[in-house]
Amino acid sequence: MITDNMGAKDLPIGGNILEDGNSELFNTGEWRNKKPVHLDDKCKHCMLCVMPCPDNAIIHDEYDKMLGFDYNKCKGCGVCAKVCPFKAIEMKDE
Amino acid sequence: MIRERLSGNEAVAVAMRQINPDVVPAYPITPSTEVPQYFSSFMANGSVDTEFIPVESEHSAMSACIGASAAGARVMSATSSQGLSLMYEMLYIASGMRLPIVLTCVNRAVSAPINIHNDHSDSMGVRDCGFIQLYCESNQEAYDNLIMAVKIAEKAMLPVMVCFDGFITSHSVENIELLEDDIVKQFVGKYEPEHYLLNPNEFISMGPLDLQNYFFEHRKQLADAMKDSKRIIEEVSEEYAKISKRKYNLIENYRMDDSKIAMVVLNSTAGTAKEVVDKLRDEGIKVGLVKPRTFRPVPVKELVESLKDMKAIAIMDKADSINGFCGPLYSEITSALYSEGLNIPTVNYIYGLGGRDVKTSDIEDVFRSLLKIAKDGKKSQTTYYLGVRE
Repeated sequence: MITDNMGAKDLPIGGNILEDGNSELFNTGEWRNKKPVHLDDKCKHCMLCVMPCPDNAIIHDEYDKMLGFDYNKCKGCGVCAKVCPFKAIEMKDE
Repeated sequence: MIRERLSGNEAVAVAMRQINPDVVPAYPITPSTEVPQYFSSFMANGSVDTEFIPVESEHSAMSACIGASAAGARVMSATSSQGLSLMYEMLYIASGMRLPIVLTCVNRAVSAPINIHNDHSDSMGVRDCGFIQLYCESNQEAYDNLIMAVKIAEKAMLPVMVCFDGFITSHSVENIELLEDDIVKQFVGKYEPEHYLLNPNEFISMGPLDLQNYFFEHRKQLADAMKDSKRIIEEVSEEYAKISKRKYNLIENYRMDDSKIAMVVLNSTAGTAKEVVDKLRDEGIKVGLVKPRTFRPVPVKELVESLKDMKAIAIMDKADSINGFCGPLYSEITSALYSEGLNIPTVNYIYGLGGRDVKTSDIEDVFRSLLKIAKDGKKSQTTYYLGVRE
């Protein structure tokens, strides 16, 4: 596991990452400047927001209940708010 | 040991045949064209089992080298001049990813105006790309350095560029001593990288995005590797001396023992200059010559040790930095001397650009002007363009 308290002598050389499945550890939520907010009273749980999310950042219970957002992953692109037919997702400034 | 007579390009191609690399991606360019040409005939004859990739450009050649090397293959290629310029972007990636690619650079001028003949503008232009650079005076040195380069690259995990003079070395046929095939094979051994993409037992990502938190550390690793490569070059050269009886150091000192005047010069011109040193020595004038074999890493300690007692030094650059001051060899060697507290009258000669012939009489003129500087203890000018028509 690579961490940013490791020095040049400890880091794998040449920028190699010697493990798999680690893109999950990359917190892309830090890039966001607008944040999607789930308005539960308007949401019909149609799941139309799930498929277009480029970051798999919509948390849902199987495919019958939308539960909110994984803000560690969500980059705030706003696609979910755009596709929602019920205006149940609002983009707010961070 | 086999006695042969080969051109520089042929010697290098023979070394490649003996090394039998896994992959050779190459694109032809004068004066290095013969290297992949001879090599492809070795392939056609079945004397190597290399995967030869005839790519569509030098950018692709180096890209294919990087891909194959990352996959775990032993990789070699050859280029010159504009070809090396076109590789520029990928050279940094090869070194940054720490891939031990061996590249023959047959030195040639860089356009414009277009010129196919020898100077060192190509390899000097990429001097900061993170490749180890070995410079060769003769066909024999090109052959020897190429074989050593494989081992140096793999131990240092740095790419190596073996540089020799276009046409002068690449196309001139000289007597040469080759090693037996099996001795070369035994010397280079089997390439066993620690990490590589085609290893089914290990997960790895190579070349990922590397931002503010890590990039600096990875560049420090590269800087440390280059510094440490001096030791590796010396070790490999020591080992090579055992099988070849030819010992190479980081620099060659020629008749420097009791000398007070020295010329520093790379590649084939060192041969011309040695002739002049001998002539002046016969006249009782004590002059000597220093020929760096490595320019990357800069052999600072060795250069300072050889030059510290000089009264006058001429540093010969077959490339111009176009900086309104001096050539690349001059700026680095004088900075090495200054860093050690030495302030020796040192002059810079830009010479032989675009293959302009450098005669023994030109070199003798340089030595004679050094005699005057040594006598007066001062110089009137720093940079000269040797033999240019004003």
